[in-house]
Amino acid sequence: MAERKFSWPKQSERQILGTDVPRVYDGAAKASGQAKYSNDINTQGTLFAKLLTCPHAHAKVAKLNVEKAKAVPGVKVVHVFRDVGTEMRWEGELIVAVAADRPELAEDGLRAIEITYEVLDHLVDERDLEAAKAKMLTKSLGNQNTGDVDKALAEAKAVHKGFYGVPTITHMCLEPHGSHCEWETLDKLKVQLSTQNVSGTAGQFAGPLGIEEANVTILCDYVGGGFGSKFAADEWGVACAKMAKEAGKPVRLMLDRPTEMKVAGTRPSAFADVTIGCDAEGNITAWDSHHWGTSGTNGSTVALTVTPYVFDPPNRRRTATGLVCNTGPNRAWRAPNHPQACAYTDTAMDDLAAKMGMDSLEFFKKNLGLTKLAHIYAPELDIAAKLMDWKTKWHPHGKGPGGAVKRGVGLALHTWGGKAHAANCQLKVHPDGTCEAFLGSQDIGTGTRTCIAVVIAETFGIPMSSIKVHIGSNKYPKAGPSGGSTTIGGVSGPVRRASQTALWKIYDLVAAKYNVSADGLTVKEAQVWSDGKAICTWKQAAGLIGPMALEVVGEGPKDDGLTSDQVGGVQMAEVAVDTETGIVRMVKMVAVQDIGLVVDRLTARSQVAGALIMGIASALSEERIMDNRTGRFINADLANYKLPRIGDIGEFVIEFYEPESEYQRGVIGLGEPPAIAPMAAISNAVANAIGVRVPVLPLTPQRVLEALKGAKA
Amino acid sequence: MSHDVPTRTGPDQHSPGFHRRDFLKGSGAAVAATAMATAGDDARAQVAPKKISTSAPQKIKLNVNGQERELTVEPRVTLMDALRNDLNLTACKDVCDRAVCGACTVHIDGKPVLACTRLAIEFTGQKIVTAEALMTPTKTDAVIDAFVKHDGMQCGFCTPGFVMAVRGFCNSHPNATVDDCRKGLGGNICRCGTYDSVLKAAYEVAQTKKGGA
Repeated sequence: MAERKFSWPKQSERQILGTDVPRVYDGAAKASGQAKYSNDINTQGTLFAKLLTCPHAHAKVAKLNVEKAKAVPGVKVVHVFRDVGTEMRWEGELIVAVAADRPELAEDGLRAIEITYEVLDHLVDERDLEAAKAKMLTKSLGNQNTGDVDKALAEAKAVHKGFYGVPTITHMCLEPHGSHCEWETLDKLKVQLSTQNVSGTAGQFAGPLGIEEANVTILCDYVGGGFGSKFAADEWGVACAKMAKEAGKPVRLMLDRPTEMKVAGTRPSAFADVTIGCDAEGNITAWDSHHWGTSGTNGSTVALTVTPYVFDPPNRRRTATGLVCNTGPNRAWRAPNHPQACAYTDTAMDDLAAKMGMDSLEFFKKNLGLTKLAHIYAPELDIAAKLMDWKTKWHPHGKGPGGAVKRGVGLALHTWGGKAHAANCQLKVHPDGTCEAFLGSQDIGTGTRTCIAVVIAETFGIPMSSIKVHIGSNKYPKAGPSGGSTTIGGVSGPVRRASQTALWKIYDLVAAKYNVSADGLTVKEAQVWSDGKAICTWKQAAGLIGPMALEVVGEGPKDDGLTSDQVGGVQMAEVAVDTETGIVRMVKMVAVQDIGLVVDRLTARSQVAGALIMGIASALSEERIMDNRTGRFINADLANYKLPRIGDIGEFVIEFYEPESEYQRGVIGLGEPPAIAPMAAISNAVANAIGVRVPVLPLTPQRVLEALKGAKA
Repeated sequence: MSHDVPTRTGPDQHSPGFHRRDFLKGSGAAVAATAMATAGDDARAQVAPKKISTSAPQKIKLNVNGQERELTVEPRVTLMDALRNDLNLTACKDVCDRAVCGACTVHIDGKPVLACTRLAIEFTGQKIVTAEALMTPTKTDAVIDAFVKHDGMQCGFCTPGFVMAVRGFCNSHPNATVDDCRKGLGGNICRCGTYDSVLKAAYEVAQTKKGGA
C-alpha cells in the first residue's frame, strides 16, 4: 500500500477548496437577526446589570453608599468593584454594578448610589513627551544599535528628518464586552461569553469563583466583533457570575457604549522622530528613530523590534519611550505593533524618495533587498502597480494636475506570521454519509464554520449540506483563541487530518467490499471512484462503517506542510484631496496579498476588504480624543468617534498572490496582514496629492489644512 | 412611584451631557402631574394609546411581525428595549443607543425607523417589522439571500439593521444605482468592514426589484 500522508489536493484537482463559498450555516441567521449573541441572551428571569464607572482620569473613592440603590424597586443585587479608598487610574474604571429586573430599573439603582471622589492629578496627553518627562511619567523602553548610524548619515546623499504620529484608537466592537451568566446548580456555571477564546476562558471564571473548571461551560455561537480585545473573562464577567449566584437568577452584564470604549481595549499610540538617509542611487543606508506613545498606565508603546518596519537598513538606531497615562489599557489590536510601525516607516521612506526626486514605487523596489520577503513583494508590487495604473497616476508630490481637488497615489507594504494555533477536531462520519465536526473554536466574523465545512466537503467530495459544524463551546475539543490570524490554519489542519484519516478507513472498507485497490480510490460528486469508474455512492461507502458513526480526532498544529506562516502584502491607495476644505476622499484601494492556499475565496476577500475599511478609518477619521484638563475621553460614543460609512470607502481591487509556490505552502492566516498597510499607503497618497506631509493621523480636514498652511508659511 | 422621580442624588454617569433616559423619564413624570389617566387604567391606555399619561408601567399592545403582542412597560422604555427585552426580538441590536449607527433599524408601517430613540408606547396601532420576519420557514426575503451571496457580513452584529435599511431603501428606490445606494445607506455603521459587499447586495436587490417586507 502506498504511504498515506496528510496533504492538500493538487491545485488542478480541487473541487470546492479555493472557490467562492457563501456562509451556508450562519449567513442567513446573522442577516435575519436570528443568530443570538451574548448581548441577546435573555433566559427566564434574567436580570440586567448596569455600571457606575469612574468619571475621573485619576481619583480615589472618598465616600460610597449603595444602600439606597439596594432599596430601589426591581433592584436585586448590587456589586461593588472598588470600595472607599480604592485608587482608580483611568476614566471608566468600574465601581459598582447594579442588577435589576429591567435595565431601566438598574439605571434607577445607579442614580441612587451616593458617591464622592478625591480627584488626583492626571496625565492623558499621549503626544507631549516633555510634559510627561516633567511629571516623571515616562519609561525607557530601550534602544538598539546596529552599524554606525552617525557615519552613515554623514555620508548619505540625502537625509530626511520627519515627525510622524498615530494616536490611540479603540476596538469599538459593535457588541460590547460582557456575558450572560446562569448557575445550573450551586457549583455549576453556564456562561454565554462574548469572546474570541471559547476554549481558554473557563479557568478565569472557575478560579475567582472557587469552583472546578470542569463545572464551567463557556458558550459563544456568535461574537459581535473582537479584533483582539476579547480573550479574557474580565472582571465584569466574573462579577456577572457572582451577581447571578447572589441573586439566584441569571444576570446579563454587557458594557455600555462609553464604558466599552474607555476600558475594553485600545491600540497604543506611537509618535516618532525619524531620520533616514540613502546613497546616490536611493539605497537606504541609515535609520535613526525615537518613538513614544502610551498603552495606558503600563506605559508602553509600539515594540522596538518592528522599527523600522519590514525594511532593515545596515545602520540602524532605534529608541522607544513609554508614557504612563491615565487612560484605558491597551489590548491586542489586529496585528499588534505593525500598523503604527508601518505608518512611521513607509511614510518616512516615501518622504526620502520625494527628496531624492524618485518615484515612490521605484524607491521601494530598489530597497526590497532590505526585506526578508523580496521574492514576494517584487511581483506583488508589479501586480499592484498594474491594477492601480501607477505609472499613469503617479506624479512628483504636489505636482499633479487639477484645481482645488488634487489626486495622489501612495503605497505601503507589510508582513505577518499567521501560524496555526493548537486545536483538535472531532469528526463523526455517520453511516448515512452525513458528517459532524466538533471544535471548541469560534467565528469572530471570519466564517470559521464555512471554512471547516469546505475542508470536509473537499476531502469527502460531498456537498456542504451533508456537513454539520459545531463550534462555540468549551465542551468540544479544544481550539486556540482567534487572534493573530491563527484560526484558519488552526482549524483547517486538524479538520483535514481528521477527514483524511476517516477517508482512508472508508477506502479500506470499500476496497475490501468491491475488491479494488484502496490506493486507486478517489471521491467526488458524492461517489467513490476507482480508475475513473464510480463504484459506489458516498452513502453506500459510509454504510460500510457499521451501525455507529466512525469517529476520528485530528490534531494540530503539525509540521506536515498543511499549514505554514509569514506572508507579505502590498497596498496602493488613490485619494482626492480638496485643498480648500481639507477633506480627503478615498478613490481606490488595491490590495495584493499572499496567504498561501486559499480555503474560501469569498470570506477571504471579505477579510481583506474589512481590513482596508478599518485602515481607512484609522487613516482618515478615528481617534480617541482626551481632554487634558478634565482627563476625559470626550468622544467616547459612536457619534463623535468617527468611522467611515458605506459611501466613504471608494473602489476596492483585491488580488491574492497565489502562484503554485505559494499554494504549496499550505494555509496561512489572513486577518491581520491587510490591516497593516492602509494608514501608510493613504498618508503617502495624500502627500503625493498635496505635496506636503500631514504628519499625524488620522488625516482630518483640520490636520490637512494645517499642513497646507504650514507649507505656505 | 417615588423612584420614578429623577432625584439626581447619584453620580452623573456619562457627563458631560445629560442622560437621555433622564429626560424621557422626567418628561413622563411632568405629564403625569397634570394627566388624568392612571397606571392601571388599561381601557384608557387603549382608547388613547399615544398619550404619555404616566410614568408607571402600562399595558400596551404592539403589532410586531404580524402578531399582536401585549406587554407592560414604563413610558420611558424605548421601542428597542421593548423588542429586545420584552419580546426577545433581538435582531434589533443595541449598539450606539444614540440614533447614530442604524443597528436597531426596524420598519414602522413599511418605513425604516431607529428603535433606540423612539418609545415603545408611541407605536400602538402601527405595524412593526423586525429583521426576523425576513426569514421564515417558508420564505426568505431577497435581501437576506443577497447578503449571503455577496458575504455582506462578518461578525454579523450590524447586519440585521443593515438588512432592514437595505429593504426599506430598495422599496422606496427601485432601480437605484450604485451611487444611489452609497448615498442612501449611509445611516448604518459596520466595524468589521462589510460595506463593499453590502453595496453589491443592495444594488442587486434594487436592480432586480425584488419586493419584500
